[in-house]
Amino acid sequence: MSGAAQYSDERAREIIAAHMGLEGPAMPILHALQKEFGYVPDAAVKEMAEALNISRAEMHGVVTFYHDFHRAPHGRHTLKICRAESCQSMGAERQARAFLDKLKLDWGGTTPDGALSVEPVYCLGLCAHSPSALYDGEPIGRVDAEMLDEIAAEARD
Amino acid sequence: MVKVYIPLDMAAVAMGADRLAAAVAQEAAARGETVEIVRNGSRGMLWLEPLIEVETPAGRVGYGPAKVKDVASLFDAGFLTGGAHLLNIGIVDEHPWMKKQNRVTFVRCGVIDPLSVAEYEAHEGFKGLTRAFEIGPAAVVEEVTKSGLRGRGGAGFPTGIKWKTVADCPPGQKYVVVNADEGDSGTFADRMIMEGDPLSLIEGMLICGYAVGASKGYVYLRSEYPIVAKVFQAAIEKALEAGWLGKNIKGSGFDFDVELRIGAGAYVCGEETSLLESLEGKRGIVRAKPPLPAHVGLFGKPTVINNVLSMATIPMIMEKGAKHYADLGVGRSRGTMPLQIAGNVKYGGLFETDFGIPLGVVVNEIGGGSRSGRPVRAVQVGGPLGAYVPVSLFDLPIDYEAFAAKDSLIGHGGLVVFDDTVDMSWMARFGMEFCAIESCGKCTPCRLGSTRGVETIDKIRNGMDVDANIALLKDLCHTMKFGSLCALGGFAPYPVESALRHFPEDFRKPALEAAE
Repeated sequence: MSGAAQYSDERAREIIAAHMGLEGPAMPILHALQKEFGYVPDAAVKEMAEALNISRAEMHGVVTFYHDFHRAPHGRHTLKICRAESCQSMGAERQARAFLDKLKLDWGGTTPDGALSVEPVYCLGLCAHSPSALYDGEPIGRVDAEMLDEIAAEARD
Repeated sequence: MVKVYIPLDMAAVAMGADRLAAAVAQEAAARGETVEIVRNGSRGMLWLEPLIEVETPAGRVGYGPAKVKDVASLFDAGFLTGGAHLLNIGIVDEHPWMKKQNRVTFVRCGVIDPLSVAEYEAHEGFKGLTRAFEIGPAAVVEEVTKSGLRGRGGAGFPTGIKWKTVADCPPGQKYVVVNADEGDSGTFADRMIMEGDPLSLIEGMLICGYAVGASKGYVYLRSEYPIVAKVFQAAIEKALEAGWLGKNIKGSGFDFDVELRIGAGAYVCGEETSLLESLEGKRGIVRAKPPLPAHVGLFGKPTVINNVLSMATIPMIMEKGAKHYADLGVGRSRGTMPLQIAGNVKYGGLFETDFGIPLGVVVNEIGGGSRSGRPVRAVQVGGPLGAYVPVSLFDLPIDYEAFAAKDSLIGHGGLVVFDDTVDMSWMARFGMEFCAIESCGKCTPCRLGSTRGVETIDKIRNGMDVDANIALLKDLCHTMKFGSLCALGGFAPYPVESALRHFPEDFRKPALEAAE
């Protein structure tokens, strides 16, 4: 996503400190870090481990477990395309494959200009409007090839 | 001032509801009409979204599916007084889809402004909690037990027994946790209730906390539902302002707080013990049971974990009494089930009905058959870990035991319809692949079994030693079913075995083409 801040240890520590009053603060901190920096930098993982008094290996284990957390900067825009059964029943898999082929990407890939990352998602709860997608947090129902092309073009603007 | 309802429901938004609301406001201003736009939940007729409703003396008149380009013509047609228009569906409450339902959990969804405490109260809201305060904690647990409510998340475990176990633990820190990690394809009921009637979930949590002696509740919501997060957070704040959360709630002496937590895209966190691990800030890896979360749950404390629908149904059970609810349904499946009709279907949406309705009626009569117009071939009931049910079993009633007798499950009540173009060996492969992607990795049957499952199905699809590999696949399924720690590995065989059982021809095509 666009508008991510440059990483600094100081800012990471502020974010971590702001959540330390919560019970089990790790997930809220990780979401906040990713929102701020666009990804979860290694240096922030180190800061978290210190603040939470757990090993860095353990903290690394948490970050890498969840599909949502990125370890490196991501595309400026993110398109999540649903691959789950309901969307498959409306031809989503074939449609997504054709779109990815056109962009010369695989699932999880980012266009070389850094504009668009395309990720698989397993259900958006829009199953009565399959196939569905989520573009920078905006839900889209009954997605067709033309709409996907428009999104790819818009992302590059 | 005319009240105009335009849903904020994610499915409505996905079909343009936000742009539509802006266009209606703009057009009204340009024409000098005063309208109050209420962003409500969805009525569940999702094929009509975005559905505009206009309040008239005769009732709420619906127009849908409405697009921005229709706005001018809607004003021209006098839709603010219920005027005739191509999109006019008449009085929404009189629509056949609504009339055939028995809305219990969803009685307010789409009807009220989800963020108005006053409207919630005007529609019987907080009456259940008020009654709970009157009869006391032990009687509340008794009432929930007598209602026959079973967990709507999929496992169908009796809710009252869960509550009693936690209530019987010695006093001290206890927790109420709501599982809002609705990850099954074809399900969206949790999302809809949390967007359309979030206070019902908060009220359910309050009743639960009061009954078991907990003062803190967490809602663990999946990250794929950004609109729910906004609406539910706002609902928590509204409830706090109105004195329905916090300290000494309405002078009862009972304190309770609710906190919303967001997951991070791991399906397995819908499994209750993984969810607890994730809430604690760890990898979402399943815990072996026992100990049960009711004894050793969140942060090691006794914890009730309920699905959104189970919890949101509690207020009505408390308000109307256990018997009223228990009198609905069939056999040991009491009450109503909010069915989610999805996939390749003409009239997709949320349809709440008493247990016992035949599957085929739901698919063909309520859902109108396939959207593509081709013959329906299979319905996956109960999410990615649910069985594929063939048309020959369409007389099967929606009932936990009836489904179990056919090696199928109801799960969270999601139905995904497929037409005759579906390749069932591909869907079986996908079931295994999904399990492999989402496995938490703790137990071997799930972690390795799912990957081996994909490989074996690939061999079958390529025509390699088909008989031997089908036998191997069945054996693998058996191992996963009985050897896995949780439902992810344990239920992943359902789609695979059901595909093999009901659609064997799809596994015996000579040299199937490479998938998709």
